[in-house]
Amino acid sequence: MGVGIVLLILLAILFFVVIAVIGIFNGLVRLRNQVKNAWSQIDVQLKRRHDLIPNLVETAKGYMQHERDTLENITKARNLAAKASGVNEQAQAEGQLGQALSSFFLVVENYPDLKANQNFLALQEELTSTENKIGFARQNYNDQVLGFNNKIQMFPSNIVAGMFNFTQADFFEIEDEAERTVPKVSFS
Amino acid sequence: MWEQIRANKRKSLMLVLAMALVQMGLGFIIGAALFQNMSGAEQVGAAAATGGLLGLMVAGFIWLVLSLVAYFQGGQILMRASGAHRIEKRDHPQLFNVVEEMTIAAGLSKMPAVYIIDDMSLNAFATGRSPDNAAVAVTAGLLGKLNRDQLQGVIAHEMSHVINRDVLFMQMLGIMLGTIVIISDVFLRGMFYSSAGSSRRYRSSSRRSGGGGGPAGAILMILAVLMAVLSPIMAYLIFFAASRRREYLADANAVVLTRYPEGLASALEVISHDTKSLARVNKATAPMFISNPVRKAVGAGAMNTHPPIDERIRILRSMGGNVSYGTYQAAWAKVGGAKAGRLPASALADKKQFAAREAHPDALKKKSQKEQLREAGDLLRKVNQFAFVACACGLRIKLPPDFKRDHVQCPRCHRDIAVPAAQLAAVATVGQQLSGEGGLGAVAPQQAAPAAPQVLEFARKGQDWTSFKCACGGTVTLSPSFAADRVTCSSCGREIRIKRASS
Repeated sequence: MGVGIVLLILLAILFFVVIAVIGIFNGLVRLRNQVKNAWSQIDVQLKRRHDLIPNLVETAKGYMQHERDTLENITKARNLAAKASGVNEQAQAEGQLGQALSSFFLVVENYPDLKANQNFLALQEELTSTENKIGFARQNYNDQVLGFNNKIQMFPSNIVAGMFNFTQADFFEIEDEAERTVPKVSFS
Repeated sequence: MWEQIRANKRKSLMLVLAMALVQMGLGFIIGAALFQNMSGAEQVGAAAATGGLLGLMVAGFIWLVLSLVAYFQGGQILMRASGAHRIEKRDHPQLFNVVEEMTIAAGLSKMPAVYIIDDMSLNAFATGRSPDNAAVAVTAGLLGKLNRDQLQGVIAHEMSHVINRDVLFMQMLGIMLGTIVIISDVFLRGMFYSSAGSSRRYRSSSRRSGGGGGPAGAILMILAVLMAVLSPIMAYLIFFAASRRREYLADANAVVLTRYPEGLASALEVISHDTKSLARVNKATAPMFISNPVRKAVGAGAMNTHPPIDERIRILRSMGGNVSYGTYQAAWAKVGGAKAGRLPASALADKKQFAAREAHPDALKKKSQKEQLREAGDLLRKVNQFAFVACACGLRIKLPPDFKRDHVQCPRCHRDIAVPAAQLAAVATVGQQLSGEGGLGAVAPQQAAPAAPQVLEFARKGQDWTSFKCACGGTVTLSPSFAADRVTCSSCGREIRIKRASS
C-alpha cells in the first residue's frame, strides 16, 4: 500500500515537472522568435537604406562636382555595410555609414540648388524616416533581447534553457565612439 | 508593456461593469415605475417585477444594437462623421513615414490606416478595436502647423491609445453612456408630455384601476425620475474620469516610444494656441482626440474628457533627460502636487530607463509657415479630387472636381492654358477609386461633397484693388489683374468664391 501511494505521488510530481518544462520551453521559443522577428525588421530597414543610397548619390552627383570624396565615402561605406554579416560587424558598419551620411548632409547645406530639387527632398525624407525606423527597430529589438536573455538567466527557466541549448542573443549596439563623433548640425 | 495592457484590461472591466450597473438599474426602475402605474395596486410586487424585467430587456436591447453597430462599423462611422479621407503614401510621405516609424517602435505587426480630416483646426485621433484594424487621423491644419518631431509625438500618443486598447474601451463606455442618455431622455420627455397633455385621461383611467399603484407606485415613480436625472450625470462622470486617466497614460507611453518628450510637449503647445473648434465633433467621440476638440472658455475639471493641456505640457517638460514611466510619474507628482494621480502600477513596474534623444535637425529648420499651410491646403484639395495645372508664369492652378472645360485662363497672367485631358481623367479615376475601394465605401463621393472646405462668397465690384476680410479674420487682397472666380485665403486656407457684381 505504502509503495503504491509513494509511486503515485512520484508520478504526479513527474507529470507536473514535465508540464512545467513544456510550458517554459514554449515560452522560450516564443521569445526567441520575437527576437528573430525584431531583427528581421532591422534588416528590412537597413536594406532599404542601402537601396536608397545609390539614388541619392546619383541625384547629388550632378550638383556636387567638388565633393567627389564625400560621395565616394558614402558608396564605400554602403558597400561595406551591405556585405557585413553578424550582429556586431553589421552594427559597426552601419555606424560608419550613418557617419558618412551625416557628413554628407552637412555639406549639402552649401548647395541650395540641390536642396531645392524635388527628387532630392523626397529622398531626404525617405532617408530620414529610414534612419528613424532603424532606430526604433533597434529599440524594439533590444527590448526583446533583454526579455529573452532575462529568461535564459533566471531560475527556473535557466535550467530548461541549458537543457535545450538556448543561447543569449546579442544586443544591437552602435559603437559609442561613432555615435559621439556624429557632427551636430545647426542651421542658424 | 504587455503586462500593463493586461492590468489595464482588468481595471477597465471594473469601470465597464460599474457603467453597466448604472444602465441596468436605470432600465429596471423606469420599467418598474411605468408598469406599476399602468396596472392596479392589487399586484404591486408582481407588476413592478415584470415591469423591471421589461425595462431591463429594453435597455439591454438598445445597448446590444448600439454595440453591434459600433463593433462592426465604429471606426468607419467615426471617420465618416468627422469627414476623414484615407490617404496613401504618395499623398503625404512624411505623415505616412511617421506612422510607420511608430508602428515599428511599438512592435505592432500591422500599420494602421492613415486618414486626413478636412479641417483647419489642430487635432488628431485614433480608432479601431484592436491594433490590427486601427486607423489614425490627423487634421489638415495639424499637418500645416507641426514639424516632423512634433508630428511624431502626436502620432505616438494616438498609437498609444491603440496599443492600450483605449479605443475599444472608450467605445464600450461611450455606448453605455449613449444608452443611458437615450433611455432617460425618452422617459423624462414621456413623463413631461403625458403629465402636461393627457393628464385628464390618465387620471380617469387610473381612478378606474384604483389609484395608479398607490403610494408604492408614487415612490417608484419618484425614484425613476431621480434615477433618470442622476444616472446620465453619473455615467458622464465615469466616462470623463476614465478618459482623463487614459490621456496621461497615452502621454507617458508616447514619450517611451519616441524617447523625446519635447516633441509631444511642443506639439501640445502649438495645439493649445489654436482657438478653432473642430467642426464636426460630439462629446462621445471627444476622448479619442489628442486634445479636447470642443473649445470652451473654461474647462470644468470633472466634466472634461482631457486633462488641462498646459498641465500635460509642464509634466512632459519637467521629465528631464531620462525617459521612462517612472520619470513621467515623478514629473506628474511634481507638477500636479497633491492632486496628481498615478499611472497604473503595471506601467510603473516597467523599470527601463532611456536617455532622451536629440531634436531632429530638420525640426530646427523652419519651413515658412505659409509654405507649409499651402502644402496642407493642396493636400486637402488633392483628396477632394482637385486637379492641378501649372502655368508658365509659375502659378499652380487648382481645378475643382466639377471643372469640365478643357481650357482655363490663368488668374495671374491671363494666359489661356489647355487642360490636359489626362488631368481631368485622373480626377475622375480617383473619384471612382474612392467610391470603389473598401474603407470609405460607396458613399465616398457623396461624403466628399459636404466635406469640401467651407466655401465663402465675396461680391466684387469693379476690377480695382479690393481687399476684404475672410471669415478667419485674415485679409485677402485682389489685384486689378485677378480674374479667377475663386481665391484661397492665405491665413486659413479656406476657399472663397468671387462673385462679380455688375456695377
